[in-house]
Amino acid sequence: MKRQVPLMLVFTLALVMIVQYFVPNDFSLDTNEFLLKWIIIIGIFAMALGIWSLIRVSYEKIRRRVPGWQYPIATLLGLAAMIVFGFDYGRHFYTQEGLENYMFIHLFQYIIIPIQATMFSLLAFYIASAAYRAFRARSVLATVLLLAALIVMLRFNPYLGTFGVYLEKTTSWLLNVPNLAAKRAIIIGLGLGAVATALKVMLGIERAYLGRD
Amino acid sequence: MPMGTFLWTTLGAFLTLCIFSFLYRDNPLYKFAEHLMVGVSAGYFVILLWHNGLVPNLFSFLSDGHFYFLWLDAKSWWYIFPAVLGVMMWTRFSRKWAWISRWPIAIYIGIGTGITIPLVMRTSINLQLYASIRKAIDWGNFFGSGYLDSTAGYSQALIFVGVIAALFYFFFSKEHTGLFNGVAKFGIGILMIGFGASFGYTVMGRISLFVQRIQAIGNWTATSWHATSSYLIIWILIIGIFVVLSIYEFIQYMNRRGAAQSGS
Amino acid sequence: MNIFDRLMTLDRRWVFLFVALVCVITYAIPFTIKLNKSPEVKAVYNFIDTLKPNDVIFVAVDYDPSSLAELHPMFYAIVEQAFRKHLKVIFSALSQNGPAMVDQVIKAVADSVKQDGTYNGVFYKGRQIEDGVDYTFLGYKPYPALIILAMGQDFRIPFPTDYYGKPLDSLPMMRNIRNYDQVKCVVELSSGSSSDMWITYGQSRYNFPLALGLTGVMSADYYPYLNSGQVFGIMGGLLGAAQYEALADNPGEALDGMRIQVYAHLVIIIFIIMGNIGFILARRKARKG
Repeated sequence: MKRQVPLMLVFTLALVMIVQYFVPNDFSLDTNEFLLKWIIIIGIFAMALGIWSLIRVSYEKIRRRVPGWQYPIATLLGLAAMIVFGFDYGRHFYTQEGLENYMFIHLFQYIIIPIQATMFSLLAFYIASAAYRAFRARSVLATVLLLAALIVMLRFNPYLGTFGVYLEKTTSWLLNVPNLAAKRAIIIGLGLGAVATALKVMLGIERAYLGRD
Repeated sequence: MPMGTFLWTTLGAFLTLCIFSFLYRDNPLYKFAEHLMVGVSAGYFVILLWHNGLVPNLFSFLSDGHFYFLWLDAKSWWYIFPAVLGVMMWTRFSRKWAWISRWPIAIYIGIGTGITIPLVMRTSINLQLYASIRKAIDWGNFFGSGYLDSTAGYSQALIFVGVIAALFYFFFSKEHTGLFNGVAKFGIGILMIGFGASFGYTVMGRISLFVQRIQAIGNWTATSWHATSSYLIIWILIIGIFVVLSIYEFIQYMNRRGAAQSGS
Repeated sequence: MNIFDRLMTLDRRWVFLFVALVCVITYAIPFTIKLNKSPEVKAVYNFIDTLKPNDVIFVAVDYDPSSLAELHPMFYAIVEQAFRKHLKVIFSALSQNGPAMVDQVIKAVADSVKQDGTYNGVFYKGRQIEDGVDYTFLGYKPYPALIILAMGQDFRIPFPTDYYGKPLDSLPMMRNIRNYDQVKCVVELSSGSSSDMWITYGQSRYNFPLALGLTGVMSADYYPYLNSGQVFGIMGGLLGAAQYEALADNPGEALDGMRIQVYAHLVIIIFIIMGNIGFILARRKARKG
């Protein structure tokens, strides 16, 4: 019951989906529709786990007064505020008016957007610092990497004149030939890995998703 | 500009500077902004899952048109089953009942692997190999238009050889010696060009993110302060950073003084 | 200790400050640059440009605010071009922090289309863009791979209603649209694995023309799909966005940003060269000593 049923479910459903792919008749399309509708609903419930986990972790930090326990208060307040506004102060649970609530939209636009965008923009500085300290031509291969990077970085520089035209052409060739070959090999490798893993899961050889007893 | 809009945009600009202050040093303003964002975006996600997920995909099928959860009256009452399966996921946090969550997970994984096997096989393996082999030998157009023509026969042949060589490099079941080693070496050279190209693009990507923030603050100064020249942004940035850092250093100073007093 | 040794031990915050100053000063000084247009971007522009009025395109917006810098400009340029040419657009947003942002930018583009405008020498009269008539915003659902697969059968399977809660059948433009078969092309703007999913579970299964708008970090990885014909065009990073803006004759933040990129890239290149000279000198010294 605890292990056999899940293993059987995985095998049967995987087989159904594979057969469905190769035999697209009406019955198989209906099965597909039915399974996909169900799985979307299950997926939504699974997402709630992440939210619950965030609430629990934040609450624990505040309760235990760990160093910096004041910050999770901001987290919980932000979460609560969005929920209150998202339901339009409780006036609209089952219609989508909440998504157009003034506060809901503005908190999204002026808190989430600037903070997320800025947080990732910090990477611009770290890549500059890394360029300065880490990208060394230590070997022939490292030099190849650096040269390819330099060509790609210089290609749109408008001050290079005729040299720029050659650079542009070289970049296009680099991207469309050696880079393509490298990335295609990676795609094929990853594809083989993904199919092998999927087969192992389907046949019950790989069972990590079951967790421990 | 209406006062409300001014306050909101200023909040955005302030939070932007809070995050930038991390470049100087980790500090309370950064931590506050970070935690606030996590909470607000989690709250946003809850509402999104509710209004764009549960309501249209589940509740609307279970409702009799007026009252929700009276699913026995509803035409599609069987939608209660995926809901129950979904709730079974939540037993994950209990040690005793966690095994129940395996059922919905198994359904999920079963469907996932079932759709993965044929489609990944086709996309990542068959079509990629086919594209490499199809054009591998093209004598008619071997030299193309000459210098570095990516559609020319020699380029297509190089793609074919490059893919094979790079795959050789990833093949660890045979020791890399002799001819095999030579091919694998060529393969890693090809891979390095690929990584170099990615790195060149990454630099552009990362800098774009900072550029957009400059533009955002520039727009804020232009609309909020009627600045006719975007030179003002330099002053706003410098003053902003200075104010943020001063506040931070002041807090640090007060803390040190407090610690020294309580110590003595 | 020579100057390179000293530079190597410099506090990295000076490097940060230098980069920030270069970017801000370049932003403040007005000048323009000319860009060449690469074939992979032209392919996307030409495809959309040759569609006829009332043709439907699907724009999948799968990015969070963290990548809006590179992908918003593509969105503005493509969607404005589509609305100006009287194409109908279906939007989806399969990234969890995306939908409210998408809602907002659709409205911003609609506002801009209200004004008269001339692009590439053609005059377009301003017009009102209506939800459900000119566009449909499907909204969000979790697990993009399954959603993309389900939409291939019928958009109504994952999206019984649109983002605003209106049933899809109640929207005039959706009445004769069931799945990708009625859509001329899909333009996927992505900052993550969703572009792989569109290729694998969408294009590969249902064979529709697919174009990608990608962040710079991902761009180089998708050229194999271009060569194999699974994708007909790629817009890579801010450069791709700027090229599209230039092609559509609709300059925006991307073209403006590329000015700064030119100088920021020079700074990074100088850093790499300086770091390497220091490294070579140190290695030579070590060998001698």
